[in-house]
Amino acid sequence: MKFGIVTFPGSNCDYDAFHAITEMLGEDAVYLWHKDHDLQGSDVIILPGGFSYGDYLRPGAIARFSPIMQEVAAHAKAGGPVLGVCNGFQIACEAGLLPGALMRNANLQFVSAKVRVRIENSDTMFTNLYERGEVLRIPVAHGDGRYVASAEVLDELEAEGRVIFRYADANGTLSADANPNGSERNIAGIISDGGNVLGLMPHPERACSPLLGSNDGVRLFESILSRVAA
Amino acid sequence: MARFRIAVHITPRKGLLDPQGNAVKDALHTLGFKAVRNVHVGRYIVLETEAYDAIAAEETVTDMCRKLLANPVTEDFEIESAVPA
Repeated sequence: MKFGIVTFPGSNCDYDAFHAITEMLGEDAVYLWHKDHDLQGSDVIILPGGFSYGDYLRPGAIARFSPIMQEVAAHAKAGGPVLGVCNGFQIACEAGLLPGALMRNANLQFVSAKVRVRIENSDTMFTNLYERGEVLRIPVAHGDGRYVASAEVLDELEAEGRVIFRYADANGTLSADANPNGSERNIAGIISDGGNVLGLMPHPERACSPLLGSNDGVRLFESILSRVAA
Repeated sequence: MARFRIAVHITPRKGLLDPQGNAVKDALHTLGFKAVRNVHVGRYIVLETEAYDAIAAEETVTDMCRKLLANPVTEDFEIESAVPA
């Protein structure tokens, strides 16, 4: 399987994603330059973390107009898998691939920490190798990660099982203390109505090796392999 | 066609948590401005554009706000009257 990793000016997790895919997963990966119009036959698109366009205007607001995003949107519309991590989640929201938005952390601090997230739905192409209710240890590193949407949208996401990750404590209990950025309803990651676009603030690609303190992120990528290959 | 200057105010949507505004409010209270009740921190954008008249310029900038300058989920915007640039 071939993963296409988009590099915007200011992306800084593209190499982390490349390393996770090629070294930890043993799959093919290519970098896709933001000015190109060619996904180079990629099966899965990753919008990586970073600070595309310096977060000018709003995080992700300018990146969504990059030429490659037209192709990414077409890929998503055709049901192709798209994984947006951190800045990639912000870009996906700005591009309308996912509902809602990511705002400044409630405590105004840039948070760089290993957090815990609870799996809310394991029946997706990104989480089928996890158990529902399982708690993962995954790093976050962001200043604008507070997920916000209207109450109607939040209710709809919950009713349709589209909230995939929530910040929780070690026992899987949701609390304000476990929520690093003040996200509505402790939401850390959501999926599109078609089930093929996942956005999350935590970095699964940085949790793919015991050497890095956690390999809880590996199964997210393996889930894609098992579902998309099958 | 003439050139117009338009200013746009973008503020956090009312009712949403505005941590920057709250932090500034707390600082003002600390400074002794105890009467301050609410502070909202947003963006102020000034742009110049060619248009047939002021109305057309304002309509175009409204479109820009909807498509890029403001996030429809989290922000409100107000446009000042277009003035000749």
